[in-house]
Amino acid sequence: MTTDAERPLLRVRDLKTHFTLKAGGLFSGTRKVLKAVDGVSFDLAPGEVLGIVGESGCGKSTVGRTLTRLEDATGGTAEFDGQEMLSLSKADFRPLRREIQMIFQDPFASLNPRLTIEQTLSEPVRIHGLETTREAIRERIARTLTQVGLDPKVMSRHPHEFSGGQRQRIGIARVMIVEPKLVIADEAVSALDVSIQAQVLNLIKDLQTESGISMLFISHDLGVVRHICDRVAVMYLGRIVETAPRATLFSAPSHPYTKLLLASIPRIRPGRVAAEDRGEPASAAAPPPGCPFHPRCGLATDICRSERPLPVDLGNGQFSACHHAGNQQGEAA
Amino acid sequence: MTQSKPPLLDVRGLSLSIATGGSLMPVVRDLSFSLNASETLGIVGESGCGKSLTSLAIMGLLEGTPVRVTGGEILFEGRDLLTLPARERRRIMGNEMSMIFQEPMTSLNPVYRIGDQIVETIREHQPMSKTAARARAVELLRMVRIPDPQGRIDSYPHQLSGGMRQRVMIAMALAGSPRLLIADEPTTALDVTVQAQILKLIADLQSETGMGIILISHDLGVIAETCDRIAVMYRGRVVESAQTRDLFARMRHPYTRGLLDSIPEPDEDVERLPTIPGRVPGLDERVDGCAFHPRCARASDICREQDPAETAFGGGHAGRCHHPLEPDA
Repeated sequence: MTTDAERPLLRVRDLKTHFTLKAGGLFSGTRKVLKAVDGVSFDLAPGEVLGIVGESGCGKSTVGRTLTRLEDATGGTAEFDGQEMLSLSKADFRPLRREIQMIFQDPFASLNPRLTIEQTLSEPVRIHGLETTREAIRERIARTLTQVGLDPKVMSRHPHEFSGGQRQRIGIARVMIVEPKLVIADEAVSALDVSIQAQVLNLIKDLQTESGISMLFISHDLGVVRHICDRVAVMYLGRIVETAPRATLFSAPSHPYTKLLLASIPRIRPGRVAAEDRGEPASAAAPPPGCPFHPRCGLATDICRSERPLPVDLGNGQFSACHHAGNQQGEAA
Repeated sequence: MTQSKPPLLDVRGLSLSIATGGSLMPVVRDLSFSLNASETLGIVGESGCGKSLTSLAIMGLLEGTPVRVTGGEILFEGRDLLTLPARERRRIMGNEMSMIFQEPMTSLNPVYRIGDQIVETIREHQPMSKTAARARAVELLRMVRIPDPQGRIDSYPHQLSGGMRQRVMIAMALAGSPRLLIADEPTTALDVTVQAQILKLIADLQSETGMGIILISHDLGVIAETCDRIAVMYRGRVVESAQTRDLFARMRHPYTRGLLDSIPEPDEDVERLPTIPGRVPGLDERVDGCAFHPRCARASDICREQDPAETAFGGGHAGRCHHPLEPDA
């Protein structure tokens, strides 16, 4: 929970990540700008898990990649532990690399198939100088493998000898072994079968609770997000349209897009009121003017077509970037 | 329907194996189900359970793969597809039965306009002039609710959104007015708001045409909302099948229960997700008795020794388990 007295671990303000695309054919030379992230602000408290949800192309992964410096920010600031980090040179950012770690969707793609698990896990320990002797490194690896539910004996094996769930555990071990303060998980369980997904989700939740790590949990799966996050930010075409504590977001969503998203999930238990057909999102390379959601919104009026809405404080930590937020409580979107 | 009319599709004792280095590794065992017109059967299960191979076998698409049909019958309107002459079988595929897949972008050719691709599909199966086929293509695009079909017919696949591309694939599948449509993870690559639209489209098309549908998915939510009947597969076997409502009201197989419980749902808070311990054994790993026993809390000696036969629980609900859950569990 964020309190005024507590300094957030991460403070992101007006973050922008734009990409330049070539458009109009090979030789025309015209350039188009894809505003993948276009003015995103949020705080992350120590020990908090913030979910970032949204559909493909909304920019949620780019937020994560920008905060780990895998992409260059076009604008805005991000303070980590009080230090502005987006303007740091690569060299000055290096010490922060240990503290900010990322878990990816496909652990296999990020594990070197020729290295044993021991080699894979000892690399970050040596690079960051966490242990010096061979025995100490081995001991740390064994401890971390146990922590993620693997037998330390698997150290001598190669990635292909593991199942998908075990590989994701190894991916998590590689993150946990350097004792980060912030973990950014990008669709960390999306590639796993449900029975395995539940095991890995429980593991992530346990590790987070035990270590008090802060986490940005990026996912398209609202069920998974509800299970693991304290607070949720909903993104649409490069912007956060709603932020709310978990319970509020799922029981009393405010933004029409959040409502559409929740109404669209196929439910196992009957009783859902089917979502209206509201078309598909515009391309992030050509977002609509005003509120990016207005072409799909049942509440849209003139102001929505011309002016970009700012977040409206609805109290109790809920913010909705909607011109009609607050005047339509209880109405369906 | 009259009593004498056979089901639209009747799969009886289908077994499939992968040929590897001179030996056959069973991947689908003694699989039986039937489907009537206007009915939707959902096949659900995790990777490697055999659900997609089953659909490929029905469609006759195993040629060129190491997978062999090692037993059983696939009766389409009473005729066994497996013993039909190849020419006759090809005529049925794409006309009387067709299939849509997960990834429309890989099934559409990026360098041809969608209209040309639909026209080609139509003319592959029906003798028709190009002009008539083009008119039919527009009609098909209208059927799948593509706005401005006259204008969109000359688009290239990359100019369409993911949802629109899947609509084009469905239009192509409908070209021969099929009586059976197999949809293999048709919405898995789509965003959730678009998924809802495509599932609704498929249901609408079914009420318009009366086709029978087999929907294959790993997503129990998708299956629960769309299907009349559900078959749950685990390691090559249907372990439980029932009418949708009956299945969710009275799960009898511990795997079905475990699968349902391990899904985090957007409408409820659980402190800790129940899990199924372990993992699905690899195809090359031999498991005696019930294939689920190494992960099952109810397993006893008999489960380790004997593969359970199918038990009828009544009301069309059946399962393979030595210790089924109590109906009110």
